[in-house]
Amino acid sequence: MALMETGKYSQGSLLGSVNPDLASERQTASFSVEKLTAWLDGGTEHTRLRRAVVEAIECDPVFSRENQYFESQNERYEAAVRKAVHLQKKMDEMGWTENGPEFKALSGDLAFLLHRIFTRSISMLGSDQQIAKWIPLATQYQLIGSYAQTELGHGTYLQGLETTAVFDITTQEFVLNTPNISAMKWWPGDMGRSATHTVVFAQLYVNGKCYGLHPFIVQIRSLQDHSLCPGITAGDIGPKMNFEHIDNGYLMLQNVRVPRENMLSKFCEVQPDGTYVRRGSQKINYFTMTTVRISLILDEVVIPLMKACTIAIRYSVVRRQSKLKPGEQEAKILDYQTQQEKLLPQLAAAYAFYFISDYLQELFDRGYREIQRKNFDMLPELHAFSSGFKAMVTQYSTSAVEICLRACGGHGYSLLSGLPSLYTKIVASCIYEGENTILFLQTARFLIKCFMAASTGQPVPPSVTYLAAVTPEKCPAKNKLDFLSPDIYTEAYQHMAARLINSTAAKLQDLVQSGVKKHDAWNQCTVQLAQAAKAHCHYITVKNFAETVEKLETQPGIQKIMKHLCDLFALHGIFSNAGVFLHDGYISGAQMDMVTASYLDLLAVIRKDAVPLVDAFDFTDKTLNSALGSYDGQVYQRLYEWAQKSPTNKQISPAYERYLKPLLHKTLSKL
Amino acid sequence: MCVEWESALFLFSSSVLSLEALVINDPDFQHEDLNFLSRSQRYEQAIRKSSLMVLKLREYGITDPDEIYWFKRICLGNFPEPFGLHFSMFQKTLETQTTDAQKEKWLPLIIGTYAQTEMGHGTHLRGLETTATYDPATQEFILNSPTVTSIKWWPGGLGKTSNHAIVLAQLYTQGQCKGLHAFIVPIRQLGTHEPLPGITVGDIGPKFGYDEMDNGYLKMDNFRIPRENMLMKYAQVEPDGTYVKPLSDKLTYGTMVFIRSLIVGDSARSLSRACTIAIRYSAVRHQSELKPGEPEPQILDYQTQQYKLFPLLATAYAFHFVGAYIKDTYHRISGDIHEGDLSELPELHALTAGLKAFTSWTANAGIEECRMACGGHGYSRCSGIPDIYVTFTPSCTYEGENTVMMLQTARFLVKSYTQVSSGQQVTGMVSYLNDLSRQRIQPQHVAARSVAVRINDPVSLVEAYKARAARLVEAAAKNLQAELNHRKSKEDAWNRTSVDLVRASEAHCHYVIVKLFTAKLAEISNAAVRAVLTELCLLYALYGISKNTGDFLQAGILTDAQITQVNQRVKELLAIIRPNAVALVDSFDFHDVHLGSVLGRYDGNVYENMFEWAKKSPLNKTEVHESFHKHLKPMQSKL
Repeated sequence: MALMETGKYSQGSLLGSVNPDLASERQTASFSVEKLTAWLDGGTEHTRLRRAVVEAIECDPVFSRENQYFESQNERYEAAVRKAVHLQKKMDEMGWTENGPEFKALSGDLAFLLHRIFTRSISMLGSDQQIAKWIPLATQYQLIGSYAQTELGHGTYLQGLETTAVFDITTQEFVLNTPNISAMKWWPGDMGRSATHTVVFAQLYVNGKCYGLHPFIVQIRSLQDHSLCPGITAGDIGPKMNFEHIDNGYLMLQNVRVPRENMLSKFCEVQPDGTYVRRGSQKINYFTMTTVRISLILDEVVIPLMKACTIAIRYSVVRRQSKLKPGEQEAKILDYQTQQEKLLPQLAAAYAFYFISDYLQELFDRGYREIQRKNFDMLPELHAFSSGFKAMVTQYSTSAVEICLRACGGHGYSLLSGLPSLYTKIVASCIYEGENTILFLQTARFLIKCFMAASTGQPVPPSVTYLAAVTPEKCPAKNKLDFLSPDIYTEAYQHMAARLINSTAAKLQDLVQSGVKKHDAWNQCTVQLAQAAKAHCHYITVKNFAETVEKLETQPGIQKIMKHLCDLFALHGIFSNAGVFLHDGYISGAQMDMVTASYLDLLAVIRKDAVPLVDAFDFTDKTLNSALGSYDGQVYQRLYEWAQKSPTNKQISPAYERYLKPLLHKTLSKL
Repeated sequence: MCVEWESALFLFSSSVLSLEALVINDPDFQHEDLNFLSRSQRYEQAIRKSSLMVLKLREYGITDPDEIYWFKRICLGNFPEPFGLHFSMFQKTLETQTTDAQKEKWLPLIIGTYAQTEMGHGTHLRGLETTATYDPATQEFILNSPTVTSIKWWPGGLGKTSNHAIVLAQLYTQGQCKGLHAFIVPIRQLGTHEPLPGITVGDIGPKFGYDEMDNGYLKMDNFRIPRENMLMKYAQVEPDGTYVKPLSDKLTYGTMVFIRSLIVGDSARSLSRACTIAIRYSAVRHQSELKPGEPEPQILDYQTQQYKLFPLLATAYAFHFVGAYIKDTYHRISGDIHEGDLSELPELHALTAGLKAFTSWTANAGIEECRMACGGHGYSRCSGIPDIYVTFTPSCTYEGENTVMMLQTARFLVKSYTQVSSGQQVTGMVSYLNDLSRQRIQPQHVAARSVAVRINDPVSLVEAYKARAARLVEAAAKNLQAELNHRKSKEDAWNRTSVDLVRASEAHCHYVIVKLFTAKLAEISNAAVRAVLTELCLLYALYGISKNTGDFLQAGILTDAQITQVNQRVKELLAIIRPNAVALVDSFDFHDVHLGSVLGRYDGNVYENMFEWAKKSPLNKTEVHESFHKHLKPMQSKL
């Protein structure tokens, strides 16, 4: 490495100059990185604004994450609270808003995220009076809120929740209880240590009748000294794979009384005499859930995947290992086909999902406008979309980040690479806001319904009209170049998705006709149903990528490389799921060999632009917080300097005096 | 089925079980839940236990290597120990590569580690940069870390624990580089444990897992050691600097085979633990409804849950048998090795490289699958699976990076294929390649064979896997040849075919595993056990087909209709295995202490114990956290 040629590397900082191995990658870019960044941001103005915000936050030492990897759970919790409080102050000073870009720039490690959900749920589910009373208190941080839905024994299946709220007509109060241990609220963020209030979901009972789940505002800690209120047992649920900075909590309620007005009553109300009144459609509740799922795709999944790709790809051009040709310098590991095959499809997926998240966001904005006009027609489709895509994108991206981690060999395993934290965080997204398998099955239910409707000629939502479309029996591709045509591969995906949905629907029908009960038949087909739902989402993602590329005709430089990525994403999917494309002979064995050949050719093409393509994500070094992924590529120097700051190198461990010395001496004395 | 008999079948001997009782009941080995400790505290606990263990080994008079191995596993639970390399690599290297005089001098005195990997180099050993230059004037070697990339990085026990290290360095004598050699280097003062002058040593910082291990760095600046500190059993440097060459370097193959066989065993064990936790928890957890109006079912009754877990259970069993097979084969031929007969070593070496990669990749993904099957609670450290995962996942990298391992196997496969093509016969696990030449004479042969596969017969499925491996090896070899015909250099052609080559190796390993699992069935005398293991074996083989249908369809080994049958049969097997699922994990016979999981407890009292566990969390030490006084209160008063 040229860096070492100076021969001086003791303690002085060499950081600053760019590692030539990384610099050379940037000189050969086939497109303008700055232009791609601006396009991804939605315009140069957005880029400028985003950079200004990131700069403002990163130059503030309170937000520094340098010691994050060294901190204990207790320290990280405290740091998160400190940062959240500081952010509040800063927002007031700078005039930032809750929904502005500043939050995204912080890249995590803040407390009070659930406080925001608390506020949002009151705005969505509360009456005007409730909003007027609680929202100012919450925005002023006169109270800190949490959102308590999940219980020890129940997560995704909401009807199964066991917490009860019984209306006491004599005192005009609800009496909340945790009837047994599995009913304990478990997991809510900010609840273990911080929150003073929480929205509790409980089964409502009035005059002995159960009306199902309803939300109640419950105070859990004193506003004076933060001690627990009477009847409340609450605490932290203990260490997790990540999110050490968040005090996910447990909550047990014993005859906790809240006034009648504390039930959030935009849609349902218990009147003073105990009459239960329902108003408006509850469907809007679904909409809240679906919006949360859609917004998490970008912030919690796609961005982390982009970071992981940035780290792994930059490191793979700095790391040299073995020789490709005798007598030459050791090769960059990104020059090995196997390394390209690990990383470049993940890079293509990051772009694909970035575009699908855009697409979904637009769809939801449209849906929201309709809903405000009291038109709920789009809801089933939106719900199916949010479930299926949340599941597919989180599952795909989780495995993609893990691949990036393992592609960095031993150094990827160090926390200082940044990759383990990205992985342990993204992996949680497969479970929260709906467990993925269950979400796939919800989408499948929608697809089967649409398929049945379509096959009897009834109208179906636009995204699924393909279920009734007539496609050719065989893929028309003649040579490997044909597989670089978006029409060819999009049609293959469409055919495959339609076939899987079709055959699963047929199987369901067969079972029912042969006398199997409907629910049993459903359970017997669930593996297939989940596969069909995934195939549907994969198809839409490919189609959307191809359409996005098409719209880029005004920017030919960018369009070309995006087209390569789109091809790669599509062909990688066919290559890795060959069986489902071969199954009914739509793609022949010979055509599959063409797919493989085109796919492998693309790796070598995209290899040349790999670094510019991650540079375009435009993450600062502080945002990445990775010794392997920094812009200048001074990987080894950074690792060495950072490791020396580890507490294990600063604190004196008592282990030697206490254990090692006696052990050695015992051995010595025996000699 | 008989659980106890099953565990006796392939896991523990009775002496191991009594060792386990010895340790679990010993108050000296008790400690606070590691999940609540900081890294420094975990390190200290590990050192305490390791030191104790050494003393107890003496106290109990345990000397049998197998017993030592099990005793250590039991003492340390599943966590790595800072002395790990001291016992494995350091002592082993000293024993095999030193002269008797050296042994006497070094063995008793020290805590050592084995420093091979550098910051810039891992798997590619020839690239290591550390130098050891012989100075005949003083009869010393001068050790240097000439660049940042040459700093020794990762060796376990190096950061804080060891006072000596075996350092691998490029030997220079009489102005010539003689390649990598091993040197014993003192790094810390005996008595004070301070680093010696010229030595920079420390901990490499926090990692994904291995919290208790002080993986370290080591930088040497003109650090001098006497000539005797070079390990000289094989190669030697004479006082005047003359270099005497070693006889053969193939012998190191043996050690590698042995260590990789341990990883295969570890893949089986780690996956078994994760399966035990996930399957027991899935029997305790109730959720949603299958039938309207009925109580919530155990989540293990859902087909999707069975589909996640039972193939992994079958895989765990398969890997146990593979691990045992490699170990046995190694022991069988190590006698030959000692007598200088190395003929069987290349194949075993190639096979273990691939199987190490195949099993560790599969187990790595499988452990995560088990964790995710436990939903949100799997994410809590109390489930124990996060620890299994982070401890296991580096085995995809260490002792040979998996992709590199797969390519080593591929090299052997291509070589065998080339031999067959030139008319020679090959033997052993690759002998199926001999059939390829016959098939070329009868082009219809492959297609004709497809109808012959009987999907309920493991022996017939072995044939299907064999055909797939043969086809992929052939395809990779042909693609390689095509690249070579394009006048590409050998290395370029190899690189441009490497994705195909890895696929071929995977198919070969997959075939070997199905074959070994099937062969094992015949050895089981108890009919009930044989019946349930036959179901598992079928599930393993059929699930593998359903996940790789493309290979079987494209090669014409199975038809569309057969694939549909395979998919259907997999689901039927899930329902058949369901009643035995818990018994099958109970057979692994993990003690609760060893399993380290609240979700996987033998008694299934999950929720109560999660609550008890959480109450001990560090954040719950006081009712009002200090952050309230430090940050929250001031914020509220200011706003």
